[in-house]
Amino acid sequence: MNAVLQTHGLVRTFGGFVATDHVDMAVQAGARHALIGPNGAGKTTLINLLTGYLAPTEGRITLMGEDVTRMAQHARCRKGLVRTFQINQLFADMTVLESVAMSVSERLGLGTSWVKPLAARGEAVDEAAVILQRLGLLSDAYETTRNLAYGRQRLIEIALALAQRPKVLLLDEPAAGVPTSESRELFEVIAQLPRDVTILLIEHDMDLVFRFAERISVLVSGALLLEDTPEVIANHPRVREVYLGEAHG
Amino acid sequence: MTSVVSSAAAPDPDTAIHDSLRRYRRSADWKPLEYLFWCLPVAAYFLFPGNYLLLSQIAVTSLFALSLDLIFGYAGIISLGHAAFFGIGAYTVGLLGLRGMGDPLTGLVLAALFAAILWFLSSFLLLRGSDLARLMVTLGVALMLYELANKFSRITGGVDGIPGIEIKPVLGLFEFDLYGRTGYIYAVVVLFVLFWIARRIGHSPFGQSLRGIQMNAQRMPALGVPVNRRLVAVYTLGAAYAGVAGAILAQTNQFVSLSVLGFENSADLLLILILGGTGRLYGGLIGAIVFIVAKHFLSDLNPQYWQFWLGLALVLLVMYARGGILGTASKWLEKRRQRAQSRPVGGAA
Amino acid sequence: MTILFDGIAFGMLLFLISVGLSVTLGLMNFVNLAHGVFAMVGGYVCVVLLNDWGVPFLATIPFAIVVPGLVGVVLERLLYRRLYEASDLDQVLFSLGLVFMAVAATHYFFGARQQPLHRPAFLSGQIHLPGADIGVYRLFLVIAGIVVAVGLQWSVIRTSSGARLRAAVDNQRTARGLGIDVNRVFMLTFALGSALAGLGGALGVEMLGLDPEFPVKYLVYFLIVVTVGGGGNILGSLWAALLLGVADMAGKYYVPQIGAFIIYAIMVVILIFRPQGLFGRAHQ
Repeated sequence: MNAVLQTHGLVRTFGGFVATDHVDMAVQAGARHALIGPNGAGKTTLINLLTGYLAPTEGRITLMGEDVTRMAQHARCRKGLVRTFQINQLFADMTVLESVAMSVSERLGLGTSWVKPLAARGEAVDEAAVILQRLGLLSDAYETTRNLAYGRQRLIEIALALAQRPKVLLLDEPAAGVPTSESRELFEVIAQLPRDVTILLIEHDMDLVFRFAERISVLVSGALLLEDTPEVIANHPRVREVYLGEAHG
Repeated sequence: MTSVVSSAAAPDPDTAIHDSLRRYRRSADWKPLEYLFWCLPVAAYFLFPGNYLLLSQIAVTSLFALSLDLIFGYAGIISLGHAAFFGIGAYTVGLLGLRGMGDPLTGLVLAALFAAILWFLSSFLLLRGSDLARLMVTLGVALMLYELANKFSRITGGVDGIPGIEIKPVLGLFEFDLYGRTGYIYAVVVLFVLFWIARRIGHSPFGQSLRGIQMNAQRMPALGVPVNRRLVAVYTLGAAYAGVAGAILAQTNQFVSLSVLGFENSADLLLILILGGTGRLYGGLIGAIVFIVAKHFLSDLNPQYWQFWLGLALVLLVMYARGGILGTASKWLEKRRQRAQSRPVGGAA
Repeated sequence: MTILFDGIAFGMLLFLISVGLSVTLGLMNFVNLAHGVFAMVGGYVCVVLLNDWGVPFLATIPFAIVVPGLVGVVLERLLYRRLYEASDLDQVLFSLGLVFMAVAATHYFFGARQQPLHRPAFLSGQIHLPGADIGVYRLFLVIAGIVVAVGLQWSVIRTSSGARLRAAVDNQRTARGLGIDVNRVFMLTFALGSALAGLGGALGVEMLGLDPEFPVKYLVYFLIVVTVGGGGNILGSLWAALLLGVADMAGKYYVPQIGAFIIYAIMVVILIFRPQGLFGRAHQ
């Protein structure tokens, strides 16, 4: 088995509070892996640890065999570990095309070049346009981000990540804030991504999770409760208990 | 996902995309309005002979404002002490001039260098801490420099400054005359060259990443951008530009005084940049023109009145016209465009 | 020793003036560079009443407290309130504009000269202790400062309004949800901060001087107290103000060549290592 993203005994505490509790997780190459759990289970914290936004209190993280525990966020991104945010983190006053072109140019390593305009760099612009087209955003290419509907903005969030040509893509509740009619389409885009992109996603919408995921990990109170195929998870009594228990309490 | 909406039903989808990108590809080109703007300094030369010193001051202040726009309008760093770099540039020229090294162009280079060095020494202060801490540090550094210059008055001339700096002719050919004519042309040429460079930087991938940092610094590392490194780079540039501006002031006036390092200098600069509008490079220039012309006419009346109206202008700007001249104009144009677009019945699919 | 005591007295004045700024910053997250204006108002009220109207010094104090407080209320409701959500830069520029306006107006009405102040006799003179001569007025300042600090800390920790204040500082939205009238808390806090600043300004006329440039001259000091002490931290401001007062006095006495430079240098150094100030809470 080929684990591209692994955690070893990952712990994160805030004062006395244990947000991440000795998590050992392995995401296989080409996986469609979902991370579920009740509110406050620590799913976003885990993503923050994986991407380097937060430093772990204990434990290690390996990306494609390389230990990245001490590696800065931007360096992990360069290695192919890319994330999207639960709440859109966009560039409000840039146009859609400008934003995505910028993301592409960073990946191409053009970010330090200062002489030639970005707009004149054909390969970056063309690639940005292709991404926009794939997500159906090309018609909004010249719209300023802040003027677009939230659902459209969510697509930009994904576009920015795709522009990084991720090897491992971490999606934090991609359907959050998107009306159900549009979230199906969103997931189709995600599902159409090639198999050389490994996907780990957090999602609350169980319908989407069970349609998309091939493997599911359940996180409860910062610890990994279990990890298995969707069929097993769906019928597992303890999982039911965790979710039903939440509904009661 | 449904396929892309293409308005032109071109047989080759790639051509359709390529065409729709043309507008973006051209976005870095010089616009007609810009050409018009740069005719202004040329026109001013012929229209206002005898006011060359004032016009030079506008050019210098424009460059100074441009330097602040680079770090604030593009990278979002607030500085209450930008005069520090300006002052270093001015004093570098002053002190060099006293030692007979009055060649203007080397003066510029050295001024930029020293300003950049000062920045480098204080850079790691600015990148830590909250916004307030950063504000304080910029203010603190500027005040420290002011005090230093004040105390070491044997070298710097203290409050009286360094008078009568001897500046050699530019390129050995163009002598600085009493009317300030050479000085003005010199200032404008330097301003234009540096502006041109700044403009290219602004449109470059680096410049675009700075815009990204300013709009959403948190997102950038998730796109593989080492934010601090970029900020250090642009701040160094902004410091160097400010140093050059100070140097030109010293060279055209052939005089340096303590006020170049003063808090008022930094505060006025903020007002100028806000007045003109940040992030557009031209904002600083326009703000400088308006500010200096207004000051020239109004402060003669009564310095206290001037300060009062300055304060009032700041308050009103912040409350009602936050984008400054360019920002408000651009918003107004945008509204007109949107109104024009929504008029035809039956929108595009 | 005298230097030390003078420094403490100076620090007390700084504390009185700056504590309002600290709470405003911690509470409303508002960078108010115009805070010194309230101190100036207090000073001028005291001086005008004392010199022009012959009111005894101690009797002017209540006015020096109330008038700036009222001015604070008016400004808060009309102007400041609109900018709570604005960016830091906007707040800085706005308050800077207010400073300019206030300074210019004061120039206009009172002229540029220093305002003289004649202390009442019973507050003048010195107490001779072994090893140090302690000015009576300085002692008075120190006592006043301690009283205010203790009073403030007590009221914030013990009273219900204090609890409401702490709640609003910690989490505005939740506080509103609990039915706390956050707007009213802001207004009252602002008024209190301005009133205290006025007190400090009036008490400090002798030691700090009083002229139209006052808010600008001492701006850095106030900001240092707040940043080093940590926004919203009353005791922190006290310690920071005392430190600053003593350091400044000592610096000016022992190394007059460099003077104020030391203060700025120390502040910058502190902020490098502890951006949240010596006593503030760390941001996440």
